[in-house]
Amino acid sequence: MSGNEAQTTTRTVAQATLVRRARDKLAYKPADVSPQRRLQRRYTMRLWSVRHARFLEWVYARFADLFLALHPVWNAIGYVRAERPVKFIERQVKGLMFDCRMCGQCVLSATGMSCPMNCPKQLRNGPCGGVRANGHCEVEPDMPCVWVKAWEGAQTMRATDAILAVQKPVDQSLRETSAWLRVTALAAGERGDRPESGA
Amino acid sequence: MTTRPPQIDENPAGIELPLEPLPGHSSRGRLERVLRRGEFAVTAELNPPDSANAQDVYERAAIFDGWVDGINAVDASGANCHMSSLGICALLTRMGYATIMQIACRDRNRIAIQGDVLGAAAMGVANIMCLTGDGVQAGDQPGAKPVFDLDCMSLLETVRTMRDEEKFLSGRALTTPPAVFLGAAINPFAPPFDFRPLRLAKKIAAGAQFVQSQYCYDVPMLEEYMKRVRDLGLTEKCFVLVGVGPLASARTARWIRSNVPGVHIPDAVVARLEGAGNQKQEGKRLCIDIINEVKEIDGISGIHVMAYRQEEYVAEIVHESGVLKGRKPWRREPRADDALVAERLDHILHDNASETPVDMVKDVVSE
Ligand code: SF4
Repeated sequence: MSGNEAQTTTRTVAQATLVRRARDKLAYKPADVSPQRRLQRRYTMRLWSVRHARFLEWVYARFADLFLALHPVWNAIGYVRAERPVKFIERQVKGLMFDCRMCGQCVLSATGMSCPMNCPKQLRNGPCGGVRANGHCEVEPDMPCVWVKAWEGAQTMRATDAILAVQKPVDQSLRETSAWLRVTALAAGERGDRPESGA
Repeated sequence: MTTRPPQIDENPAGIELPLEPLPGHSSRGRLERVLRRGEFAVTAELNPPDSANAQDVYERAAIFDGWVDGINAVDASGANCHMSSLGICALLTRMGYATIMQIACRDRNRIAIQGDVLGAAAMGVANIMCLTGDGVQAGDQPGAKPVFDLDCMSLLETVRTMRDEEKFLSGRALTTPPAVFLGAAINPFAPPFDFRPLRLAKKIAAGAQFVQSQYCYDVPMLEEYMKRVRDLGLTEKCFVLVGVGPLASARTARWIRSNVPGVHIPDAVVARLEGAGNQKQEGKRLCIDIINEVKEIDGISGIHVMAYRQEEYVAEIVHESGVLKGRKPWRREPRADDALVAERLDHILHDNASETPVDMVKDVVSE
């Protein structure tokens, strides 16, 4: 008898309904962000960074020069040994300013200072077709679309056209490494001095 | 063997074989020929079956016979599980249909995708459409792991590299490159609007040769977009096909508007449907009206009809809008040997004839 009842109830609730009910709980959450923290989060710093993209572009240019000037120091310490502390600082700073995900191949200067790895689809070449009419993300309705912001940021920057370059797919083997050090090592390599131990 | 004259864009040695390569063409398929000849092309989307029955696919494709130049095989659109695009293409190319295989970056990584591209090209798929794909939250399996290893842009570039430079993304050489015509999707109806035309330029730079748009229900918006696209000189480098489709009712329209990401339906359209006596009929009428407006826009090379669950209307819509201007797209026609097979099958199925050798001998002996 009770088995019969169970049958009738299961028959009335379709699988699609169950899925729809559970959708909020199941939907994709970007790594490292719990649902609670996501609710608290207002994306304040990230949006500030985009608004001040031009200023940050200027800061970063100075900063990159400084890092390159320090090349002999890095070489003396050894790029491999410098990796850990530099990575730590880079993660803290960029994490605060851009919600950085440490992909290890920073393209912030080509994306209006809006980190593309925060896009749930991790698009690095522009917005998907699902952006909501209010400019929010298709996947996470409470988050402004990363690429709508990127476009706004890029408009204020000096290198307005950088956003039009086609970006290569992410090299997953570079995750969790310092982009600062790599860029510096590459620039130094181009200048002619080779890093002692590869970065 | 063939008793009927071969149709235009058909290999006389067999309908399932690739066409003669033409200079300046990157594929050996029918769709590229139609577009490059400057004809107004029509493509349609096949509703992928939730079954393992090949007949389901053939039946759904037969509805489009003689009305479309290419059939899109969708790759789990809306993140809902269906028969794979590769599987549908395998079935359809055997029968000579021109397929457009969609690849979404949501479900497979670069290793799987590059392998599928080679396999598809070997089967005779001449058109590949590179998409990002909807997020998994939109579909029936929101617990799935979203892959998004590549994005549509890097996917386009990957396939282009495979075709033109004859190597994998890793640089390893291919012995025979995939000869495919490359497509992408555009959505002129979603923000950021200033970026959208430039994004098309980016896709073309990455390798797109034709694009199909999201559903168009707002023609002035499309006109605006196309104006900027023309100003950028993009229509010379790429064929633009506009997505259209009938809405079944005002209720569906509202549902799509709030549940399907990236579809923009203006209030006027919903109101028009609401005011109509027969909403389904009005939805079809509306679709035809939109096609008639769209085909007049400069730089539009064709339409892409997405009549989800209303596939039977595609022929009517194409016919009534007159976009083909009397042209007859390729259609599958039975050949002499097909008739023989059909007759034999009919005999086996309906005449109760016994086919085992033992029975045959018995029949002969008793006679
Ligand atoms: S709407 Fe924007 S942030 Fe969301 S998935 Fe699409 S591109 Fe990424």
